[in-house]
Amino acid sequence: MEQFLQQLTNGLAVGSIYALIALGYTMVYGVLKLINFAHGDLFTYGAYLGMTLLTSLLLKDRLGMVAGVLVLAGMVMGLVGLLGVILERAAYRPLRESPRLSAVVSALGASIFLQNALMLVYGARYQVYPEDILPQTAVSLLGFEIPLMRIVVFLASVVMMAALYLFVQKTKIGTAIRAAAIDQGAARLMGIDVDRVVLVVFLIGPALGGAAGLLVGLYYGQVNFTMGWIYGMKAFTAAILGGIGNIPGAMVGGLLLGVVEALGAAYLSIAWKDAIAFCVLILILIVRPTGLLGERVAEKV
Amino acid sequence: MLTVENVNQYYGGSHILRGISFEAAPGKVTALLGRNGVGKTTLLKALMGLVPVASGRVSFGGEDITRAPPHLRVRTGIGYVPQGREIFPRLTVHENLTMGLATKPRGSPVPERVFELFPVLRTMLGRRGGDLSGGQQQQLAIGRALAMGPSLLVLDEPTEGIQPSIIKDIERAIRALAGEGSMAILLVEQYYDFARSLSDRYLVMQRGEIVRRGDTEGMERDGVRGLLAL
Repeated sequence: MEQFLQQLTNGLAVGSIYALIALGYTMVYGVLKLINFAHGDLFTYGAYLGMTLLTSLLLKDRLGMVAGVLVLAGMVMGLVGLLGVILERAAYRPLRESPRLSAVVSALGASIFLQNALMLVYGARYQVYPEDILPQTAVSLLGFEIPLMRIVVFLASVVMMAALYLFVQKTKIGTAIRAAAIDQGAARLMGIDVDRVVLVVFLIGPALGGAAGLLVGLYYGQVNFTMGWIYGMKAFTAAILGGIGNIPGAMVGGLLLGVVEALGAAYLSIAWKDAIAFCVLILILIVRPTGLLGERVAEKV
Repeated sequence: MLTVENVNQYYGGSHILRGISFEAAPGKVTALLGRNGVGKTTLLKALMGLVPVASGRVSFGGEDITRAPPHLRVRTGIGYVPQGREIFPRLTVHENLTMGLATKPRGSPVPERVFELFPVLRTMLGRRGGDLSGGQQQQLAIGRALAMGPSLLVLDEPTEGIQPSIIKDIERAIRALAGEGSMAILLVEQYYDFARSLSDRYLVMQRGEIVRRGDTEGMERDGVRGLLAL
C-alpha cells in the first residue's frame, strides 16, 4: 500500500508535467495540423532559464519563497512563450503554404538548433538547481509521507491546466482558437484573424512547456540540454493517448501516462519505464487511433 | 455598395475570371447564375480574399478591399455563407452563432432577428451543429453570417441539396432581409426558379465571363434558362 500510494502520487506529479507539455503539442496541432518537434526543447529552455534566473537574480532572498517562485515562474513562462512566438515566425510561418512535410523538417531542424545553442552556452554536462528553493519536507497524507515538492508540482500543473481550459472555453480568443482548430477556412470567413490565433497558440503552448521545465528542475534538481527529447516524446505520447488536437485529452493522457509509467516501473521493472510508455502509445494507435477523447467526426457529404 | 471592376484571375495557364465587373446594391438581390465550373465559386473566393485577384479592383462601401485579408473583409461588413455550409460540426448551434460574432465586442448577444428569420435555431441552441439536418445546417450557416449584422450577404448555392420546405423558409428569409432595404444580397445559384423568384438583377457567367445581365423581369425573355440548361 505504501509503495502503491508513493508511486501513484509520483505518477500523478510526473503525469501532470507530461500533460503541461502535451498541451503545447496538441494546441499547435489543433490549429496548424503540425507537430512542433521543437516543443520539447522549449521545455528544456524553461528548465535552464529557471535555473539561471534563480541563481542570478536571487529572487528567493529578495521576495521570499512563495513570491520569489511565482515571479520566477511568470518570467520563465513569458520568456519561453516569447521564444515560441519567435520560433513560429522564423521556422513555421514562412512554410505555412508549403507541403506539411517541409514544416516537419523545419521543426526537427529548429529542435537541433535550439539544443545545440543551449549546449554551447551551458556545456553538455548536467546542471544542478539550487537546493534550498523549496523546503524538502514531506506532508503526511493518509498516514503516509508524501514529499511536498510532489504536491506542489501536481497542484501547480492543475491550476495552469484549469486556467487554460477556462481561457479556451470562455474567452473570445479561446473560442476563436477552437473554431480555427475545427476549420481554419470557415473561421477566417467569420472574421477570425487566424494569424493572431496561431500567435496566441505559440505563446501559450511554449509558456506552459516552459513552466513544466521549471517544475522538473525544481522537482528533480538537475537538468540537461537533451532532456527535452525524452520528455517531448512522452508528452507527445500523452497527446496522442488523449486524442491529438483535444485539450482535455492532453490533460487526461498526460496524467494517465504518468501513472501507468510509475506503476509499471514499480511493479515490473524500472528499466522498462520508457518501454511501458511507448507500449501504451502503440496500443492506443492500434485500438483507438483517434485517442481516448478524440472524436470521429462524420465526413461531410 | 459592393463594386467589382474588371477582375481577372488565372489558374495555371487558364484564364478563369475574365474581366468581371458588376455591382451589388443595398436592398437588392443580385443573382449570379451559371453552370458548374464556370468560375462562380472562384469569383466569390476572390471577393472574400481567399484567392488573390491577378488584376482589377474590388471595393466595398467605397473602401478598396482588393488586397485585404479575409477576416478584415468580414469586419467591413460582408457576411458569407459558403457552399456546403461549413458550419462547425463539433460546436453547438449557439456556439456556431457566437462564432459569427467574432468581430463584435465580447459578450454581444446573437441578434433576435436571426431567430425571427429561423425560429428552428432557437429550439436547437444546445444541439451540436453536426447533428442538424442539411436544411437546418444551411439555416444555421445563414444565421451565423447574419449574427454580425452584415451590410452585404453573400450566399453560395444555398439551395444545394436542401429539401423543398426549407428552401421555402430560406426564400422567405432572404426576401425579408432584402425588403428591409439596407442590406445588399449576392446570391450565387444554379437553381433558376429560385433565383428568378428572389432576385432583382441577374448576371450569367460562362467560361469565366459575365455573358448576360439585366433586370430579373427580363430573365425569361433573355433566354437565361437556356444558358443554364445542360
